[in-house]
Amino acid sequence: MEELKDKLESSYIVFENELNGESDTPVHKMRRDALENFEQLGFPTKRNEEWKYTNLKPILKADYKLFPKQEDDIEFKDVKKYFLNEIDSYKVVFINGVYSSWLSETTHQGYDICTFGNALRKYPDAIDGYFNKIAKQDGQAMVSLNTAFASEGAFIRVPKNKVVDKPIQIIFFNTTNDREIMVQPRNLIILEQGAKAEIIERHQSLNDVPVLTNAVTEVSVGANAELHYYKLQNDRHTSSLVDNTWIDQHRDSVAKFSTFSFGGRITRNNLHFGLKEENCLTYMNGVTIIGENQHVDHHTLADHLVPHCESHELYKGIYDSNATGVFNGKIVVHKDAQKTNAFQQNDSVLLSDRATVDAKPQLEIYADDVACSHGCTVGQLDEEALFYMRSRGIAEKEARALLMYAFASDALGEVDILELRKKVNMLIAKKLGVNLDFEL
Amino acid sequence: MLNIKNLHANIEEKQILKGINLEVKPGEVHAIMGPNGSGKSTLSSVIAGREDYDVSEGSIDFLGENVLDLSPEERAQLGIFLSFQYPIEIPGVSVSNFLKTSINEIRKARGQEPMSAADLLKKMREKLKVLEMDKSFLSRSLNEGFSGGEKKRNEIFQMAMLEPKLAILDETDSGLDIDALRIVANGVNKFRSEDNAVVVITHYQRLLDYIVPDVVHVLMNGKIVKSGDKSLALELEDKGYDWIKQEVASI
Repeated sequence: MEELKDKLESSYIVFENELNGESDTPVHKMRRDALENFEQLGFPTKRNEEWKYTNLKPILKADYKLFPKQEDDIEFKDVKKYFLNEIDSYKVVFINGVYSSWLSETTHQGYDICTFGNALRKYPDAIDGYFNKIAKQDGQAMVSLNTAFASEGAFIRVPKNKVVDKPIQIIFFNTTNDREIMVQPRNLIILEQGAKAEIIERHQSLNDVPVLTNAVTEVSVGANAELHYYKLQNDRHTSSLVDNTWIDQHRDSVAKFSTFSFGGRITRNNLHFGLKEENCLTYMNGVTIIGENQHVDHHTLADHLVPHCESHELYKGIYDSNATGVFNGKIVVHKDAQKTNAFQQNDSVLLSDRATVDAKPQLEIYADDVACSHGCTVGQLDEEALFYMRSRGIAEKEARALLMYAFASDALGEVDILELRKKVNMLIAKKLGVNLDFEL
Repeated sequence: MLNIKNLHANIEEKQILKGINLEVKPGEVHAIMGPNGSGKSTLSSVIAGREDYDVSEGSIDFLGENVLDLSPEERAQLGIFLSFQYPIEIPGVSVSNFLKTSINEIRKARGQEPMSAADLLKKMREKLKVLEMDKSFLSRSLNEGFSGGEKKRNEIFQMAMLEPKLAILDETDSGLDIDALRIVANGVNKFRSEDNAVVVITHYQRLLDYIVPDVVHVLMNGKIVKSGDKSLALELEDKGYDWIKQEVASI
């Protein structure tokens, strides 16, 4: 752990040298401060309450290459299956953290769908206004670490009252033949007043060399804007992901985030919502289906700062073999945030005696006129329901799969993109080892 | 078609069935009546393959196969259908998706191609009509929030869709008002043919006015103690079970 920390700190000098004159900018000042913060905090350990159930130690031992080379021998046909390719979409694609123009389809017509690197060079107003303003570094070592090296990722800016006409896919491919790699994408997404967009984010390794991704995504959902964001996590079992997503919501805005966690070795999802102005509507949905040697940790925050906002959170998990799951859902209702509606539900099914889940709802409510609820269940599949299905000729494996799908289905949320819904259903069927079409 | 010989079954060491003999031929309707706790539901569960029961003695043959060696799904694939006394609620699985999966799993087991979505829908509409059910039923979660009557109708709807060789109706009439009873019975009668058979398990003679049995059996204390024609059901309704108990005791 210390070794990786040292290596990151010394490689920072190399990183700085390559910035060519950019090192005096306000952005770079923020990077330096962030590095300092990381130096002080160090990687989170299990002694840290927020990391009690997720141990990064095993994945911090590897000798990661920090600035992997660009791979340009990947062709679209090799990676086609990771895209939703039946529909038209914008694509912002990276390979080993480096932008891949030939796999991408960006635009500046009506809105900007391009790269963070491009925004750094061309859109100082966006960077000054939003970069490092939404994600907080206080006690957040992984956010600081990412910020210190922040240089590339997706940049999306949708101006006032514009609706992005097709979904946006942000995909980070990783591929290396020799050594483990660490990548730190930085995304910035700005929806101005009345704007609307749908985004799908994916991190995908193309071979079994371990990858550690520490991503930060800052999102501003402007007044009356609407954002649907899907995180499709189905990476190889050698890859780990620490995802830090921070969202600020403004008046009358709607933000729906769905996280589908099926793959990876260690996945930590930090999803932080700041409800900054009145009448915001927030949905957090999550479906986790994992098995042998997999760990998924959902750490969510609904921070109700003002009155009349609503947050709905529903996470369902299915854990097989020795899989471990964590759900830490925090709702804070500040003193002034009267008339808040905040709901949270987390249900888990354990398919094996060796699978575990640690569920921790945290409600901090300082206002007195609110409606808040939380619920948490851990159980097994209903044997009666299983017999019912089998008595209708459905084989045990398929019956189990159908029951699991049924259990998870309401947490899939409203996946409005039909092709994505099909893909998610297909991935679930595959994960459950059946060849079933879950919807008629 | 169905041949049960000297069937003994236990649950957790407790003996429930103590030597059942029953033969059902194609085209027949058998009614099994009996007081509470006599083993009626156990018998239907054991035939359908519920694994909580331990069969200690005897055999169940269906179309020449010993079904005791088969899983519940294999029995269903052979053509055995059990209408549940208490259908299970399964949120998140729509009636149509459930039936599609069920029909295609059975077809797969029989080496047939899956049924096309169009054929499936056509057949569903047809059968819904027989049971006077609205097509909005299809998109509802299986049994979730259904009234007692809707659940039972849904069971018979599934039977009509799956077209089994043998349908066992476990207290399908309980909790039904007279209109629903008529509709359900009509569904069963439409289903009946020379090639299939129905076993009706019930407390009450009422259902048998609509589904007329060829044979009526009285199950008591884990054994069939008396069999007769449909007039036996009327006699039971009239006089209760005590006279049979005395008759059995005197033998």
